[in-house]
Amino acid sequence: MRPNLVKAAPWLVVLAMFLLWELVCAGFDIPEFLLPAPSAVWKVGVLQFEPIMMHATQTFLTTLAGFAIAVVVGLLIGMAVGSSPLLYRAMYPLLVGFNSIPKVAFVPVLVVWFGIGTVPAILTAFLISFFPVVVNVATGLATLEPELEDVLRSLGASRLDILGKVGLPRAMPYFFASLKVAITLAFVGSVIAETVASNLGIGYLMMSASSSMNMPLVFAGLIVIGVMGVVMYELFALVEKRMTGWAHRNPNGAT
Amino acid sequence: MSFVKFENVDLAYAPGGALAIENVSLEVREGEFVAVVGPSGCGKSTLMKLISGLRMPSGGYVYVDGRQVGGPLKIVGMAFQNANLLPWRTTLDNVMLPLEIVEPYRSTLKKARSRYEAEARQLLARVGLAGFEDKYPWELSGGMQQRASICRALIHQPRLLMLDEPFGALDAFTREELWCMLRDLWQLQPFTVILVTHDLREAVFLADTVYVMSKRPGRILVRREIELPRPRDLDVTYTDAFAGHVHELREHIGRVRAT
Ligand SMILES: Nc1ncnc2c1ncn2[C@@H]1O[C@H](COP(=O)(O)OP(=O)(O)OP(=O)(O)O)[C@@H](O)[C@H]1O
Ligand SMILES: [Mg+2]
Repeated sequence: MRPNLVKAAPWLVVLAMFLLWELVCAGFDIPEFLLPAPSAVWKVGVLQFEPIMMHATQTFLTTLAGFAIAVVVGLLIGMAVGSSPLLYRAMYPLLVGFNSIPKVAFVPVLVVWFGIGTVPAILTAFLISFFPVVVNVATGLATLEPELEDVLRSLGASRLDILGKVGLPRAMPYFFASLKVAITLAFVGSVIAETVASNLGIGYLMMSASSSMNMPLVFAGLIVIGVMGVVMYELFALVEKRMTGWAHRNPNGAT
Repeated sequence: MSFVKFENVDLAYAPGGALAIENVSLEVREGEFVAVVGPSGCGKSTLMKLISGLRMPSGGYVYVDGRQVGGPLKIVGMAFQNANLLPWRTTLDNVMLPLEIVEPYRSTLKKARSRYEAEARQLLARVGLAGFEDKYPWELSGGMQQRASICRALIHQPRLLMLDEPFGALDAFTREELWCMLRDLWQLQPFTVILVTHDLREAVFLADTVYVMSKRPGRILVRREIELPRPRDLDVTYTDAFAGHVHELREHIGRVRAT
C-alpha cells in the first residue's frame, strides 16, 4: 500500500491540480481569454496537435543543442577552474557576475549578431545552463582530500593522473546532478529567446497565440514545455543514479 | 650507510614565518622500523612530508637512499589515519591503484594484469581480507578499511613505508590486531618504516627506534633504541622491560608537555 502510494503521489497531485483548476474556472465562471479551463486547453491541444508538435520539436532540438554545448563548455571550464586554484581565484568573480545577468538581456545582442531564428535560441539555452555544470564540476574537483593527494603525489602521480584517477570520478556525482538542473534551465533559455526572436518553437507559438487572444493555445504551450522539462529531468535523474550508484549507497559521501 | 638522513633540517610553511620543525638531525638504516612520538602539532606529519619529498626543507638537507631529496619520491608508500579509499572502486581496485601510477607496473599493467591481481589478492589475504576483495569500501569496517589502506601502501613494494597515525581511529583490540598484521608484513619482507603515533605502547611494540619530539617548533629530544627480541609477541607488552621503555618515554613526553 505505502510504496504504491509513494509511486502514485506525484500523479495524484497533478490530477488534483487540474481538477481544482477546472472547478475554479467553472465555479467562478472565468472567461476563457483570462484563464482557460484545462478542458478547453485539452481541446485546443487535440485540434492543433500537429502545429504544436512541430513547434515543440523545434524547441526540444534547440534546447538539446544548447544543452549539449553547455555540457561540453561547462565540463571544460569546470575542470580548468576546479583543478587549478589560480584559475579558480581568477575566474570565479567573472563567472558569478556573468551568471547574475538575466539572460533575456543577451537576446537582443544575439539577434544583432546572428539574426532572428534558431541560433540565438540555442545560444541563450547554452548561456543560461552552463553555469551549474561549471560550479558542480569545479566543486567536485576541489574537494580532493589533501591526504589522498599526498598518497598519490608520493607515488609520483602527475596532475593529469590525479585528475583522471580521483578528481573526475569524484566529480561525476556532482556533474550528473548538475545535468538535471541544466536541462530544465536550457528549456527556459530557448523558450525565452523564441518568444522574442524567432518564428518557430513553442515560445513563438505562445507569443503569436497570445497576440490573437488564443489563451487556450498559450496554456497548451506552457503545459508542453512543462512536460518536456519533467521528462528530461527524470531521464537525467535516472542516468545519474545509474552512473554514480556508489555515491548514493555510501552514507557519508566522500570518505 | 644510512637510508634516510636529516642534517640540521628546518621547515617553515610560510617563507620567513614560524618554524614547524627546527634543527632536526636523524639517521635511519634501511629496513629499520622507526616510530615518532610527540605532542600534537609538533611537526610529525611535517617530518613525513619532508622525507617523502612533498615539502622541501627551508634549511638543512634531507637525503634518502644517498641522494638529496628534490621532489616527490617514487619509492614511498603512505597510509594515514583516514583510510582514504576511493568509494567507486572495489577493495581490490583500490589496492591496485599505485600499480596504475608507479613504473614499471604502470606500463606492464595491461599485459600482466592477472599476475598483479593475484599478488594483490595474496596481499589482501595476508592481512585477513580474503573474500572482501570485490566489496566496496563502505561495506568494510573501519579496521578492514585500514588494512586495505596499508595494502595499498605496500602493493608496489616501496622501500619506505610511512604511516601517519594509521591506527589512531581504531578500538584497542583492533589496534593490537593490526600491530601484529604490520609486524608480520614487515618481518616477512623488511622495508623501512616510519610510523607516527600517539600511542607509546604501539611505538615500543613495533619499533626498533623511537624518537620523541618537542613541542612546536619540533626538535628531536630523545632517541631511544628498543632492544626487545624479535619476533615480538603481544605477550611482550606485559613484561617489565616493555613497561620500562613505555615509562621512560612517558616521562619524556610529560616533561615536554610541562614546559
Ligand atoms: N599546510 C600547512 N600550512 C601551514 N602550516 C602548517 C601546515 N601543516 C602544518 N602546519 C603547522 O605546522 C605545525 C606542525 O604540524 P604537523 O601537522 O606536522 O603536526 P603533527 O605533529 O602531525 O600534529 P598531530 O599530532 O596533531 O597530527 C603545526 O603548528 C601546524 O600548524
Ligand atoms: Mg599529524
